[in-house]
Amino acid sequence: MTNSRPSAAVDELPREKVEHFDRDLAEILKRYPPDRKEAAMIPALRIGQEIFGHVSAAVQRLAADRLGVPPARAEEVATFYVMFHTEPIGRHLVEVCTNVSCCLTGGERIFEHLKRKLELASGGTTRDGRITLREVECLGSCGTAPAMLVDEEMHERVTLDQVDGIVGGLK
Amino acid sequence: MSETLILTRRWGRPGSAKLESYRADGGYRALDKALGLDPAAIVDEVKKSNLRGRGGAGFATGLKWTFLPKDVRPRYLTVNADESEPGTFKDRYIIEHDPHMLIEGIALTCYALDIHLAYVYIRGEFAKQARILEQALAEARAAGVIGPRLLGKKDFALDVFVHRGAGAYICGEESALLESLEGKKGYPRLKPPFPAVVGLWGKPTIINNVETIANIPWIVEHGGEAFAALGVGKSGGTRLFGVSGHVNQPGVYEKPVHYSLKKLIFEDAGGIVGGRKLKAVIPGGSSAPVLAASEIDISLEFDAVKAAGSMSGSGGVIVFDESACMVRALARIAKFYAEESCGQCTPCREGTSWMEGIIEKLEHGHGTAADVARLEQVAGNIAGQTICALGDAAAMPVQSFLKKFKAEFLQHAELRRCPVGEHGWGLEQASRAALVGGVRY
Repeated sequence: MTNSRPSAAVDELPREKVEHFDRDLAEILKRYPPDRKEAAMIPALRIGQEIFGHVSAAVQRLAADRLGVPPARAEEVATFYVMFHTEPIGRHLVEVCTNVSCCLTGGERIFEHLKRKLELASGGTTRDGRITLREVECLGSCGTAPAMLVDEEMHERVTLDQVDGIVGGLK
Repeated sequence: MSETLILTRRWGRPGSAKLESYRADGGYRALDKALGLDPAAIVDEVKKSNLRGRGGAGFATGLKWTFLPKDVRPRYLTVNADESEPGTFKDRYIIEHDPHMLIEGIALTCYALDIHLAYVYIRGEFAKQARILEQALAEARAAGVIGPRLLGKKDFALDVFVHRGAGAYICGEESALLESLEGKKGYPRLKPPFPAVVGLWGKPTIINNVETIANIPWIVEHGGEAFAALGVGKSGGTRLFGVSGHVNQPGVYEKPVHYSLKKLIFEDAGGIVGGRKLKAVIPGGSSAPVLAASEIDISLEFDAVKAAGSMSGSGGVIVFDESACMVRALARIAKFYAEESCGQCTPCREGTSWMEGIIEKLEHGHGTAADVARLEQVAGNIAGQTICALGDAAAMPVQSFLKKFKAEFLQHAELRRCPVGEHGWGLEQASRAALVGGVRY
């Protein structure tokens, strides 16, 4: 069943991007039984985030419409999982683990250093829109701590010098 | 006597993640053998193996499999690759170094249990590992290993797909994982019914950890008894132990399930950094009750660690030396559970934040002895009062830190500051090279 009026918000989205979304979603839907399309909510929102930059209310409505569920189902998922951004973020996302094993090897110091350097609190974005910085939970890199993610790429056993290099290289 | 390695034996070999390399090393031989066997015989071997779940609970795998109702179809398999418990970092390396071992384990499990659709639920942050696994699955499909006919010869269809999460520790809890896989937020379900009876889309579903499933090919090839013989009592096989924190050589070590915790830290992981003294060890991921330095001369076998008052959990061993402040460490652990509580049950939703607040207050010198008592009370009111184990997971560290290191908490209240000061994480140093299944990182 398709929602009767998803289009008011969805129409605000550029048509080309919506077509791109539909193509990528069709690929992902092959993984789920045809009568269980709604299982693809996380992948659908991820695709939406990649294409539109963040999962705005319109993107949530688009995903809900294509999966045949009410918009509230998209909203519940978009707001529950930390990897989804319902508001715009910087061009690059820098995430530093400050859980126990990382802090035992300097993770907190790295995070504090980046906050000072970029003049940001956790979750903040630089004025030029270049970087969003945040503290994250355990990344499963405890043996090769401290760890950070930059745009989903994991950097392990990082030192302060390396961190400066990595973050300085982001355009 | 050389140690038997099951999971790590191919790690670090060039191209170890490729189908061709896996086959050259005897891969998919167990599946070939299994296709000539009665599926029930495979379940029997797994029962005989004494394989216990490697995700944290340590439940007998063969027994779990027998909980599937006999006549209900379809059944599903979901492999838990949501590895998110602080201190745990092993499943990712199985996927990075030997994804076909996992795929063969999935195929064997599905064949044994008459399952034709399996999902690997992998945490969203493991983008690289998800890519590696997708590539391996594509290879296996293209070569006809899985797909319409297992190994291209048996009339048994099997589809295996990767489903990426999006950042939520709770989705490692098996019923929250199912909710997430169904496209919802990860709210754990009331149990019973257990997933083996009512699981994915209301159908019987087996949920096993990556490491658990990766052991199945070896068990089928060498027999359940051989696997059981590697361990002790009701725990068979080897295990991946992850050691992190203040040790000279952190890493992942494959050892018999009943290996000595003391040996693991002082021999394999090279002892404590800078020759300092050991203070405390969390033996099985951040939920596991902490052990004082005097309590680590124990076997890591599930029941042995339980008898010592903690749990072997996910095999993630976190080591603190004498320079660490236990109040600061607990504050960070409490923050994690407050952050990751899904919010469904009141004791956990409210209690985890209260605990975080009280411990932070103590760490920063604003707490009193009454706060220490209140902390104990709040933890006691969470434990056992929630739908899933996250409430217990949050309460156990607090209760054990207070039991073992109460003087430190009271000292913070008395001094009105942290005695260790801003270096409460201990004397930090550049992290050491890690040894992951024999590979240097």
